[in-house]
Amino acid sequence: MTALVVLDFDANGIKQPARSALAAACKLGEVHGLVIGNGVAHIAEAAAKLPGLTKVLVADHPDLDHELAEPAAALLAQFASNHSHILQASTAMGKNVMPRLAALLDVQSISDICAIVDADTFVRPIYAGNALATVKSSDAIKVITVRAASFDPVAVDGGNAVIETIAVADVAHRSKYLSSELSKSERPELTAARVIVSGGRGMQDGANFGKLIDPVADKLGAAVGASRAAVDAGFAPNDFQVGQTGKIVAPELYIAVGISGAIQHLAGMKDSKVIVAINKDEEAPIFQVADYGLVADLFQALPELEKAL
Amino acid sequence: MKLLVAVKRVVDYNVKVRVKADKTGVETAGVKMSMNPFDEIAVEEAVRLKEKGVASEIVVVSIGPSQAQETIRTALAMGADRGILVETDTIVEPLAVAKLLKALAVKEGADVVLLGKQAIDDDMNATGQMLAALLDWPQGTFASNVSIANGVATVIREVDGGLETVELSLPAVVTADLRLNEPRYASLPNIMKARKKPIETHKPADLGVDVTPRLTTISVAEPPARKAGIKVPDVATLVDKLRNEAKVI
Repeated sequence: MTALVVLDFDANGIKQPARSALAAACKLGEVHGLVIGNGVAHIAEAAAKLPGLTKVLVADHPDLDHELAEPAAALLAQFASNHSHILQASTAMGKNVMPRLAALLDVQSISDICAIVDADTFVRPIYAGNALATVKSSDAIKVITVRAASFDPVAVDGGNAVIETIAVADVAHRSKYLSSELSKSERPELTAARVIVSGGRGMQDGANFGKLIDPVADKLGAAVGASRAAVDAGFAPNDFQVGQTGKIVAPELYIAVGISGAIQHLAGMKDSKVIVAINKDEEAPIFQVADYGLVADLFQALPELEKAL
Repeated sequence: MKLLVAVKRVVDYNVKVRVKADKTGVETAGVKMSMNPFDEIAVEEAVRLKEKGVASEIVVVSIGPSQAQETIRTALAMGADRGILVETDTIVEPLAVAKLLKALAVKEGADVVLLGKQAIDDDMNATGQMLAALLDWPQGTFASNVSIANGVATVIREVDGGLETVELSLPAVVTADLRLNEPRYASLPNIMKARKKPIETHKPADLGVDVTPRLTTISVAEPPARKAGIKVPDVATLVDKLRNEAKVI
């Protein structure tokens, strides 16, 4: 029995979280990949190069466009019994599709795993990452989403998998994709960035993100993030949000500026390799997790930092 | 149009949870409990749909111990019409919850089921999707905007990198994300009124659902603590440390 990984992709190719999910799956034995979409032959070719995959299944059909959960879950349910585990990264699609698939198979999905103990046993965060639960599944097929930040992604190439097209029947489904409004950015995506500079309530308004954070991020080739407080205050869009209710990130360098360090924010970034905190309140809890803390007024420190880089 | 809203009683979001010494779970004895915040947003959305004249009745459901009645009362005070408690003292996983909600959605003839996108205790983020699958209904998860007209729900969803709009033919399941709305505080007169609203009680077996868990919790542990590092006096030292000590820039 093999594990199956559903591979997330976008216009730039296979997403890094998908390569992390594959890394997780490789701990379970032989792994097949699945590419679901419309006009995805080039994605399948990229997938075949991922180390760790022996076979890439391709489901290419107009109904499978736009990552809609209903047709994707229905398709997966048809051949799920060939697999011991079905995994996908905890992306918007993974979180939407995997539980739906699990219910179709009458199994309990296992969300957002951060470690694999054995083929039936997994570790996952609960209570916003304040506790780690080790759970053992008694279901025949394990349907899993993977916390990408917890597994180092496999390389982009080095593999040589065979590509196999699977037949997709027309399905009547009652959901329709209308449009997307994606934030346009030259910056790396938060979940894939090597460096992240995040701002919190201390930024005082949205314009200061552009004026102070962006120049530092530009110098570092970094993604820009925000705390939930900054998002709630309207300083930054929701897809910037780092934390339990936003994105979970683990970059090499995370710079938290004007962020106090609420538990829910720490849950989203505490696996970063190096954490820097810049805050004028020396009692701020963010300093308890920071490798390097700078007690300073961010309005002075950020321009200085930008010059020094 | 009838709306069914599912609410879960969880440890209040302001409580700093503590892992039990025997590692079987987190301490809940004597801890403040309240409605799962995402479910509160779902209730608020339902009440707004009723106020707009889109919905005619809101039935609120909770699955849990008898104290979950308080959670239902909170939703009734916000504006839901009546409550259903499925009473059980055992752990009920999302799959079992979805099966119970399916039975109730069918029994009640619900047109839309609204839920929070995830509960802040087990963080599973699964019940809405599972319910939609069992009912064979379309799903609009992580909603930041919902409008309903002519048998269609138009849902703006929070996705990686932005927003996405989907159209769902009713009946449908919608799960609430953070920005959907800001829930109201119940007024005292509405809290008084809520006391008179009916709550019926069922057992899982009455609904023909086997709630036996599929997952066994082996242990619950504290995450490894991250040690605080050092304070640096100025930006120059910071940059030097990042360059020469941490070697990340």
